[in-house]
Amino acid sequence: MIKLPAGNVLGLLARFDSPAALVAAAEKVRDAGYKKFDCHSPFPIHSMDAAMGLKRSPLGWIVGLAAVVGASSGLGLQWFASTVDYPLVISGKPFFSFQAYVPVTFGVGVLLAATTALVGMLALNGLPRPFHPVFYAEQFSKASDDGFFVSIEADDPLFDEERTTQFLISIGGGNVEALCRD
Amino acid sequence: MSAPITETPLLTGKHSFSGITAKISGIAERKAPVPWYLALGAALSLLLVLFGSIGFLVFEGVGIWGVNNPVGWGWAIVNFVWWVGIGHAGTLISAILFLLRQRWRTSINRFAEAMTLFAISCALIFPGIHVGRMWLAYWMFPIPNQMGMWPNFRSPLLWDVFAVSTYFIASLLFWYTGLIPDLATFRDRAKIKIKKVIFGILAMGWRGGNRQWRHYELAYLILAGISTPLVLSVHSVVSTDFAVSIIPGWHTTIFPPYFVAGAIFSGFAMVVTLTIIARKIFNIGDIITVNHLEKMNKIILLTGSMVGYAYGIEFFIAWYSGNMYEQFTFINRAFGNYAWAYWIMIFCNVLVPQVFWFKRLRRSIPVMFIASIFINIGMWFERFVIVVSSLSRDFLPANWDYYSPSIWDISTFIGSFGLFFTLFLLFIRFLPMISMAEVKTVLPEADPHHGVAHSRPGGRHD
Repeated sequence: MIKLPAGNVLGLLARFDSPAALVAAAEKVRDAGYKKFDCHSPFPIHSMDAAMGLKRSPLGWIVGLAAVVGASSGLGLQWFASTVDYPLVISGKPFFSFQAYVPVTFGVGVLLAATTALVGMLALNGLPRPFHPVFYAEQFSKASDDGFFVSIEADDPLFDEERTTQFLISIGGGNVEALCRD
Repeated sequence: MSAPITETPLLTGKHSFSGITAKISGIAERKAPVPWYLALGAALSLLLVLFGSIGFLVFEGVGIWGVNNPVGWGWAIVNFVWWVGIGHAGTLISAILFLLRQRWRTSINRFAEAMTLFAISCALIFPGIHVGRMWLAYWMFPIPNQMGMWPNFRSPLLWDVFAVSTYFIASLLFWYTGLIPDLATFRDRAKIKIKKVIFGILAMGWRGGNRQWRHYELAYLILAGISTPLVLSVHSVVSTDFAVSIIPGWHTTIFPPYFVAGAIFSGFAMVVTLTIIARKIFNIGDIITVNHLEKMNKIILLTGSMVGYAYGIEFFIAWYSGNMYEQFTFINRAFGNYAWAYWIMIFCNVLVPQVFWFKRLRRSIPVMFIASIFINIGMWFERFVIVVSSLSRDFLPANWDYYSPSIWDISTFIGSFGLFFTLFLLFIRFLPMISMAEVKTVLPEADPHHGVAHSRPGGRHD
């Protein structure tokens, strides 16, 4: 674990009252030009992607590719085993009797797609990541209960501890807190 | 403009976000109630019976079971098919009902998915141990070996290996994906170091930021999408174990849909049985309401009637085919020496679910509890009838024999309940048994238009 010097402000956290307030706040933060911010909630909020100006996740394409790779390797394995490496006459059927290979092809395709869906989701989210500046805030434990928060990270080009704090208060944020190791 | 259709609220009573967190986390944080300890004690005793039975099987061989010619498939395959079938309800609830936007599923999906995983675990034991030399069970997998041999990919038994193991892994991944936000809740509420560390690792550093939710929601949708065909495919493949053979009564094209309907039927019965017990012990009747149970009973009525239809059409096709072996098999099922099993099956699977036509009975906890137990028994007998009645009366009368299980068949099956309930009881004790993040989304306050001036009553928008 990297020990950061105490007192170094890594970002700001502000609490909002409700999903509606969080969506409204997200729109204002987006319009103010901040890029490195996030809106934390205990459950996904409908219409938040548009409010934050986020595009659709690319995960679908990644999983689709994995499904194709999985299904082709499943079929390829059966073709290789049954025609090249260990050809065996079974009830007079052709070596490559593809109809019989459908269940395993499908199974391997699903297996790789499902694994990719979870692993890909974690990778796109940068998880597992045990430490993050937001965890320095005591109140952040409410983000998985009933708290709605906006966090703005210090490496955002527009970030200025003083001005950003004022900005978060002006859009209705409560409990504005500087994120730093104490 | 049409009049809005008002829907009964999904949860009864008044709930807040933090109330839901406290209620569901509380189950795992408080001291366990006494019935839980008693149940765990019973489950662990049965688990020992399972270990003992398998231990003696390893020592002595499959000769300890009642199987012999001509019935080479006995209770082991019956139990396998029964347990796999039970799993299907969990996948249907988590995948198909999610895609159909049936929001009532949020109260029961975690629970049902866990049931799926534990049922498949029990199912996987039986094909593993029935092979005789079970230390060579890995030969079922396509692993390059010194003998230069590969499994036979044209065999339904191998399809089964792939279908069921894929089903287990996909269900596990889906379940874990759903658990991540709730594991974060447990992490944030943890008071002692060991819990902080364990839930911290399991939650993977989840922060609930919308930048994470957008990938998460798509991942969940994709997993639901790819699990949906599994609901239909897994038991279809299991049915090909029978349908691809040439035994009368097995070699029919109706088997895949008939098996799938039966699987969902038995699975929902098991969900109802377990839910009734859990909501009683843990006092969560306001989250898993009678409405939820009623909806499940409707699915039981539907699938039970489909199963009844399949029983009828099997007889019709036997007559219509003009094939004497096929006709004999079905007459023998209903009136031969396994007729007792057949009529238990008809009573439990066809007659019992008909009580759910009546709203009062559909919403009565004692009625549905008893009905669900009957259905579980009936579905076990369905597989018994299919497996044993066909095999014990095959083409040559000289081969005919009456099959009876041995004490070891019975102890292994009873023991598998030990595994199922041990896993289930540990799950409801240590993990969130209801999806908190999902249940919160069905509260009116979760809608971003709730409380905003132009919103319509009920917080809905269009």
